[in-house]
Amino acid sequence: MPATTLSKTAAHDPRVFDLDQLSLRELNQALHNLAPGSNETAWEVLNPKGSHSVAVGVDQPVAIDVRGSVGYYCGGMNSGSTITVHGSAGPGVGENMMSGSITIKGDASQYAGATGKGGLLVIEGNASSRCGISMKGIDIVVHGNIGHMSAFMAQSGNLVVLGDAGDALGDSIYEARLFVRGKVDSLGADCIAKEMRAEHLELLQGLLDRAGVTGVKPSEFKRYGSARTLYNFNIDNADAY
Amino acid sequence: MCGIVGLFLKDKSLEPQLGAMLSQMLISLSDRGPDSAGIAIYGAPSKNEAKITIQSAKPDRDFRGLEAELAKAIGTPVTIAVKSTHAVVRTTPAKIDEARETIQTLRPDIRIMGAGDVVEIYKEVGLPEAVVDRFDVRKMTGTHGIGHTRMATESAVTTMGAHPFSTGADQCLVHNGSLSNHNNVRRELIREGMKFETENDTEVAAAYLSSQMAHGKNLGEALEGTLSDLDGFFTFVVGTKNGFGVVRDPIACKPAVMAETDQYVAFGSEYRALTKLPGIDNARVWEPEPATVYFWEH
Repeated sequence: MPATTLSKTAAHDPRVFDLDQLSLRELNQALHNLAPGSNETAWEVLNPKGSHSVAVGVDQPVAIDVRGSVGYYCGGMNSGSTITVHGSAGPGVGENMMSGSITIKGDASQYAGATGKGGLLVIEGNASSRCGISMKGIDIVVHGNIGHMSAFMAQSGNLVVLGDAGDALGDSIYEARLFVRGKVDSLGADCIAKEMRAEHLELLQGLLDRAGVTGVKPSEFKRYGSARTLYNFNIDNADAY
Repeated sequence: MCGIVGLFLKDKSLEPQLGAMLSQMLISLSDRGPDSAGIAIYGAPSKNEAKITIQSAKPDRDFRGLEAELAKAIGTPVTIAVKSTHAVVRTTPAKIDEARETIQTLRPDIRIMGAGDVVEIYKEVGLPEAVVDRFDVRKMTGTHGIGHTRMATESAVTTMGAHPFSTGADQCLVHNGSLSNHNNVRRELIREGMKFETENDTEVAAAYLSSQMAHGKNLGEALEGTLSDLDGFFTFVVGTKNGFGVVRDPIACKPAVMAETDQYVAFGSEYRALTKLPGIDNARVWEPEPATVYFWEH
């Protein structure tokens, strides 16, 4: 591939990768080659056209703007970078994120933020089924609605939904906190509505601020979490598993 | 995995490009299933003509002389257009069932891919690009079509195990997923008189829909029935003579993206399949909801 398609005109101009010209592997390798303290802090990806695994495994605090919609696993394992997708994302966006942030300007498909351990995932549209499945510390803020089986087996972290949630929210949940502003179609096994105390209002305000949400008050949300009845096996609960 | 695509044109000016558009969509999903691929194209209807798409592993032997023998046997003119391992038999609509039975008597090794007034079905083992090239699909015109690239799970990698499956006139179906109660449903449908060519789970889904529509249901109602009567994972894309439908099971783990503009409705297992469609940047793009039937008719 011609080197001229890499434009790098000044220190603060973004390094532009056009995926019509360069391969996904070249993009991800260039991101993985970043050394700590690199001056190449701004990246722009053109023509993703539904590509899988765009900007996975980035471990430096750079900003990556993706101009268009991506396929599976965008930003997976992200560690410290700030990724913005100016489009929609396919399944598994931000899967196993460690830190940093990912913002999706459009919608996200199923299992957004799955198993995420840290960082912030913001979905400005709707998220589909299984959003935050098995989340382990990530914070997820969805401006729209989320689909069924979201936060299934969620262990820790916060899921904030400005719209509605589908069926079986928080099934078999551990210690994650779920905040939903709209209606919840149904709660999963061992997930219950909980009192919104001052500490939760404060936590939620912080999450809304970090996600750039304005005009929405924490008091408009309900909190859901674990009833903690399934932590240890009890024969009386056999039907709940 | 498997990759599925569908395209239903609203704008007649795109009809000459249907084969090329659908081929490109399917090829873009090649890495979702390298085993075999197939396409069904719904062409322009003709009052005096119905079609049967036939297939043979030995086309030189089986197709040679068939046109004259078949015409003589059924007493009606017949034309046969051979495309590689497949051929399209054309005759008058009134004689189509007789032609179908006669072909199987004259050439027992020939398999019927599908039949109807407008549909043609081409499927073979191999990558989508090879299959599309082999049957010259890019040049085909039509109103709507569906396609599939297969990663086999439930039955052998053979031509007959490839999708689309057609079990009724101008009806066909492609499937991403796997059904767990297909043996039971197949037995029930056999009792009703349906015939099966394979052990494949998807063929059962196609036959289920044909059976439902034969009992008077429309495409939407038939698709609704899959949600209670078929158990397993599925995203189905279905074609009928004038319609196109999509349904996903309630768990909806098999991916699906749709796009609609004034010119078309398109389906892809992934957004990748839709990126080269005209006007896609301004199309309404959405993920079809679980357990929800979508269908369009001309």
